[in-house]
Amino acid sequence: MAKAVIEINAECCKGCYICVELCPTGALEIKDFKAAVKDAELCTGCMSCELRCPDFAIIITRNAK
Amino acid sequence: MAYDYAKFIRPGRLPHIWCPGCGYGIIMKSMLRAIDSTGWSKDEIVLASGIGCASRLPGYVDFNTIHTTHGRSLGFATGIKLANPALKVIAMGGDGDMSAIGGNHFIHACRRNIDITVLVFNNYIYGMTGGQYSPTTPMGAKATTAPYGMIEPSFDIARLAVAAGATFVGRTTSYHAVPMEKLILQALNHKGLSVVEIMAGCPTGYGRRNGQKAASDMLIWEKEHAVPYEKAKNMTEAEMAGKFAIGVIYKDESRPEYVESYDRAVGLSKRG
Repeated sequence: MAKAVIEINAECCKGCYICVELCPTGALEIKDFKAAVKDAELCTGCMSCELRCPDFAIIITRNAK
Repeated sequence: MAYDYAKFIRPGRLPHIWCPGCGYGIIMKSMLRAIDSTGWSKDEIVLASGIGCASRLPGYVDFNTIHTTHGRSLGFATGIKLANPALKVIAMGGDGDMSAIGGNHFIHACRRNIDITVLVFNNYIYGMTGGQYSPTTPMGAKATTAPYGMIEPSFDIARLAVAAGATFVGRTTSYHAVPMEKLILQALNHKGLSVVEIMAGCPTGYGRRNGQKAASDMLIWEKEHAVPYEKAKNMTEAEMAGKFAIGVIYKDESRPEYVESYDRAVGLSKRG
């Protein structure tokens, strides 16, 4: 099971690539100019994308261990 | 755990106007988390801003906010603080707003040591008007009004604030989202004038003219060029060339705060 759930608010996302470039495991991608989940299993819940998303578009919820 | 920003955002105001990849959204999030940690109520917080991209921030958040004339946020903030010292006043603006057009307000607010928190969003450029050079544009960097490279030396806002008399001065970057939150929290809790200079990327106005085409390039540049102040203190000028110190740069709790001095002078023992 993935360690965290990634939620993307496409209405707020501007497709700036910050989340994609800073994700240490490559779990995200840009699709149709918006951030999208490439492989949810890769997400470690490190919050790097959520903390640095300037557009309030990513919400990471860590799953209980 | 995911942080809920919605309680501080005015309904229907997002998405904001900042360009894709603008560091200001990151600063806004860190600032909201820091304000939340103080435990202050929304009604006792006042955000004052001038003109510019950074100064659009108060429009999105659900505190008492005032969007003033260019560079004058500190003039308004000083008035608000003196009228009701119980309010927690935060003034914010960009590098142009605070160090050029509002440069005098900035140094004199620092000199008075009035209990206001000043957030200076430094993106090296006048972003909103199209990328003209500002007093913080680094030497050699290109801007719309410096097509052959900037020929003027730049301001170091943190050192300017220390020299002018601010009693808490810190610097951070938009890459350092969590350290920024902690630094802003320290600044908010400091009694006296606190300045936090936040280096942020402007991919539209600055980055694409200076070899940082992607927003993430600007964040990684900040990560690579920021040196913690404790380490920077022991480094030589040559080692620090092109780099900047982050963290708490100056703190002094011994100097009198302006509102208290004022109240004493006019015979007001306690207000608010």
